[in-house]
Amino acid sequence: MKPVGARSDKLRAVRLYFLPEQYGETKKGGIWYAGGGRKCHVTEKPMDDYIKIVDLYKTYHAHGAALHVLKGVDLSVRKGEIFGIIGFSGAGKSTLARCINRLEAPDSGEVLVGGTDILRLSKGDLLKERRKIGMIFQTFNLFEAKTVYKNISYPLEISGVPKKELRQRVEETAELVGLADKLKAYPGGLSGGQKQRVGIARALVNKPDLLLSDEATSALDPQTTLQILELLKEINKVTGITILMITHELDAIKYACERMAVLEDGVIIESGFVRDIFNNPHSRTGELFAKVFFEFQRSLNLVDGGGI
Amino acid sequence: MSLLNTPLWEVIKGSFAAEIWQRISPAILETLYMTALSSAIMLVFGLALGILLTVTNPDGLVPLKPLYSGAGWLINCLRSLPQMIMIILMIPVARLFFGKSYGTNACIIAVAASCIPMYARIVESSLLEIGKGKVEAAKSIGSTNLQIIFRVLLPETIPSLVRGFTVAVIAVISMTALAGMFGAGGIGDIAVRFGYQRFQHDMLFAAVYVLIILVQLVQFSGDFASRQILKKRNLI
Repeated sequence: MKPVGARSDKLRAVRLYFLPEQYGETKKGGIWYAGGGRKCHVTEKPMDDYIKIVDLYKTYHAHGAALHVLKGVDLSVRKGEIFGIIGFSGAGKSTLARCINRLEAPDSGEVLVGGTDILRLSKGDLLKERRKIGMIFQTFNLFEAKTVYKNISYPLEISGVPKKELRQRVEETAELVGLADKLKAYPGGLSGGQKQRVGIARALVNKPDLLLSDEATSALDPQTTLQILELLKEINKVTGITILMITHELDAIKYACERMAVLEDGVIIESGFVRDIFNNPHSRTGELFAKVFFEFQRSLNLVDGGGI
Repeated sequence: MSLLNTPLWEVIKGSFAAEIWQRISPAILETLYMTALSSAIMLVFGLALGILLTVTNPDGLVPLKPLYSGAGWLINCLRSLPQMIMIILMIPVARLFFGKSYGTNACIIAVAASCIPMYARIVESSLLEIGKGKVEAAKSIGSTNLQIIFRVLLPETIPSLVRGFTVAVIAVISMTALAGMFGAGGIGDIAVRFGYQRFQHDMLFAAVYVLIILVQLVQFSGDFASRQILKKRNLI
């Protein structure tokens, strides 16, 4: 499958398939300019967004004080892309992800996934919808009482997939994430990277259209992070699944995502192509991240002659 | 033999005499019977009540404040009664069920009434221990609440539930011994009737050995079972 929002550096052009104004592109005299001021090609036919979040608000009430976590988030993610959301701790990233499968109920706003209005679903329909949205976590959240096989088969069991098909699907998925030889092990005996692979397999076994990754690589060492990101990219390429990557790690976004958004204090302050934001950040967060990132990359270059 | 007229060493030696153990062995069976039946009842109802408390907790799967507060209030009331008063309080209830207010079966009601709330609290704290993340993961997969309870919450917490059950069974044993004072029979009855009222300290010592061994056995099996499960899951 062709990556969406593909760009060609040779032409110094960016081909955009979505509503460009939202992502910092500007039109002057009939020519589109990318965030960095370069000319770019824009297909002006707006394509449907796979995830569309409109004016999302969420407030927590704890100890009598109101904590405004999301303050009017607008976000569009296209089908089949790996979209990154970056922000400091407390920026509201995880809450935003949890609003997409309604693990958190937002106060107001709209969340559309593949045209389905998540916030208006009945309880039963929400359960069915959740089966089409996989989610992976920083802390893996595997079922330690179950073997790897049972962890992966759990989503199928609860949706009543027949035994024979179940077995085949589990084995297929385990193969995809590279765990075919670990099916009988318990998660307790696995390394962090292997645990996250189980998490990914569990999230994918239902063949969802969307994978929410909530800091999935934040607890892993750099090398394992890279392997997991590689795996996510591979899965995205093979299955065409849309991946929403929530993270505070710059290298993860830089490595895996085509487009990204910066979340600060409950609002999206910047969004667009990853390289544009890194090269030409418009916001405090973006600037800070870019600075940190380039220093990080420089140190990597010194170490092994080529960063990610 | 009594410590009043016999040296300690002689009483200890005397506590191993055959006639003493002849007298004590039916009492052991009675205690085992009471403990087993009370523990089984406690397990079923304590587990159910503990699950109810966890699920209706304001941060639980189905927050239901009135039910949560009501159940919590009832449990606290029952737990605030000393075991002895609970036994006396349950005498009319036992008469209602069994037609008589003494004997092993009657005692089981008092033991259950006293130990169910305790085990419910233990179950609650075990279930609350489970990481919020696992429940969230189960939810994100699209599990119903029942599936979360029976396929995630309970299996994940079994080692901790087993350890809690061990503590509770030991409390049951101690309570059956106390109930012996009120006509329940068993080891406690022996200790009171012979050891206390008749100064037969050899009999008292024998009762003490039995209780110690019983409690040690329960603790050992509980620890062993929970360790085996953790080992199987590669968690220790």
